[in-house]
Amino acid sequence: MGSFIQYTLQGLAAGGFYALAALGLAVIFGVMGVVNFSHGAMYMLGAVASAVLLKELGVGFWGAIVLVPILLFLFGVLIERTLVRWLLALDPLYNFLLTFGLTLIIVDLVKKKYGVSGLPYELPAGLDGRLAIGGVSLSKYQLFAAVFSVLMCLLVWLLLTKTRIGMIVRAATEDSERSRALGINVGMWVTPVFGFGIALAGLAGVLASPFRAITADMGTNFIIILFAVVVIGGLGSILGAVMAGFLVGLVEAYGQAYAPAFAQVLIFVLMAAVILIRPSGLFGREEVS
Amino acid sequence: MRTKSTVALASAMSASLLLAACGGGGPSAGGGKISDDKIVLAVLNDQSGVYKDVSGPNSVEAVKMAVEDFKAKHGDKAVTTNIEVVTADHQNKPDIANTKAQELYDRQKADIILDVPTSSAALAVANQAKTKKKMYINIGAGTTALTNDNCNKYTFHWAYDAYMLAHGTGKTVTENGGKKWNVVYPDYAFGQDMTKAFSAQVEAAGGSIGQKIPTPFPNDNFATFITKANSDQPDVIGTMHAGGDLINFVKQYNQAGLTGKTKLAVGLMFITDIHSLGADAFQGTQFTDAWYWNMDEQNKAWADKFMAKTKTRPSFAHAANYSAAMNYLETVQEAGTDTADEVVKKLEGKKINDFFLRNGEVRAKDHRVIHDVYLAEVKKKADVAEEWDYEKIVATIPAAEAFKQVDKSTCNMGS
Repeated sequence: MGSFIQYTLQGLAAGGFYALAALGLAVIFGVMGVVNFSHGAMYMLGAVASAVLLKELGVGFWGAIVLVPILLFLFGVLIERTLVRWLLALDPLYNFLLTFGLTLIIVDLVKKKYGVSGLPYELPAGLDGRLAIGGVSLSKYQLFAAVFSVLMCLLVWLLLTKTRIGMIVRAATEDSERSRALGINVGMWVTPVFGFGIALAGLAGVLASPFRAITADMGTNFIIILFAVVVIGGLGSILGAVMAGFLVGLVEAYGQAYAPAFAQVLIFVLMAAVILIRPSGLFGREEVS
Repeated sequence: MRTKSTVALASAMSASLLLAACGGGGPSAGGGKISDDKIVLAVLNDQSGVYKDVSGPNSVEAVKMAVEDFKAKHGDKAVTTNIEVVTADHQNKPDIANTKAQELYDRQKADIILDVPTSSAALAVANQAKTKKKMYINIGAGTTALTNDNCNKYTFHWAYDAYMLAHGTGKTVTENGGKKWNVVYPDYAFGQDMTKAFSAQVEAAGGSIGQKIPTPFPNDNFATFITKANSDQPDVIGTMHAGGDLINFVKQYNQAGLTGKTKLAVGLMFITDIHSLGADAFQGTQFTDAWYWNMDEQNKAWADKFMAKTKTRPSFAHAANYSAAMNYLETVQEAGTDTADEVVKKLEGKKINDFFLRNGEVRAKDHRVIHDVYLAEVKKKADVAEEWDYEKIVATIPAAEAFKQVDKSTCNMGS
């Protein structure tokens, strides 16, 4: 039993991180309707940026957690302004292909510059070691990453649903013509959303640096799991992404413990099952057209 | 439309002309001298993927260094000074390796193919070497099949293999008190082979393997695998992961806080892995190394020359590529020809001592190149004197013991 509780805790901790990592995908899709395939590459850029900041400028984890999302926000804005914007009016497939192409370019550029073996990174001071309660224990960093992730998800949710900014953004994207008629500068509000989603991917990358290998390929496999998370949760639903994050974390942990060889497959079995029963995901809205 | 078909016809004709030319210019000069008046060394490896840093472009650089040194050494007496180094990227895929090997042997006139990491790709190239009757020295791959079931007259295995790693690490760690093992391995050919090899060695040394835990490949999150592997308090947790997966595993292993009670043993480790994680993460971890740049003055001297060219320190694969290229050229020099059969004859049974091969010997029966290998330990961070100075050599495993005994080899080359 003790080990079952241990596995559950580990699953929840991993799940919190998955939720944050998938959050940017959900935001960008929910608000803009863009399936951002480059999310994994942005996550990788976040991790690589924190490693480079540490090595070249001596900026540690806490500095990176502030700086890197800002850098990636700007990068996201640049991409939205120069590329994504022009395809918004077309079939979503075009932006999907665009971001897929971007991924290939970014990953190969990073490989060229920093090689393929991982970049060194260390645990932030004060977060090493473990926290033990009763018979179970978790690494402090894992716990921190999970709690921090959930708080971020909550903040983003509040921002989008409870504030005036969130309302404007949602109105601007849901019905841009009418919003324009009401005097909202739609173009001004859409661009930051994309930047914001990319910044969230970068934040997840910073958070991953101390416990994941920082390589050009780190996002390539991860994006697949993230897609599973957002599909299970319902594309575009923030609450869905968070809940599905935890669900996927748990399924993975139990898989690793009780059926090691199938740990990853189980995630996709879950995804298939959810799609069969609720095609729009656990928390997704049915599209009305 | 007409122009299109004319162009197509013209290009088809020129292509067939080209083919004819190639056919005519095939293996010239029977029985002596240098074919095509030049020696072509081909490095076929991973130029862009996971093994790029371990070997990749810098191995090409190492081979070029060997060519320069060879020319400098022999000057006018060299069998030829027309030596070319060509390279191709096999992307770690056996089908690409297969086509590239054909291309290198046939079109680029390669006399020898070097390196070829990734076992499945390595075996594909061995097959081509056999068919084309051209030389092939493998460095980067770990499969023992190259010198056992899939051995052939033209294939040599220069640096390491799974048996050597399992014997070095599995046996030594068990004998030093690590009796109870759990093994975590990536669930594909390499991981399975390594687990088999390690199990045999650990059990032969009086230890036992409790859990064998397969993990998906590739995989990012190992937290629960690690908890599970530690659940019955083993003396040793052995990981057979490589590259990014190994880094993920060790980062999360260290954060799991088991360090101290349970020992970590790593199946295959390259110096680039230690560099990625920092010496801290691996501190005290023991593993088997085929060569280490800072072991003595001789190694260091070569590593300095290498660094001048590449701005980084060499892995054992870089050193082995140099050694293989150099010894191949020397053997051609001795034979006076680059005809594969003659070179093979000279190379078989040859005893070699260079900075890479200590007490080296090219075994005639299975073409396993044996040499002293080392049990290394990752230094404490405080003891690391300069970048890349990560290893302390704990013991030398003599050539005769390090590899699978020759009478146990299942290799049968026919004639």
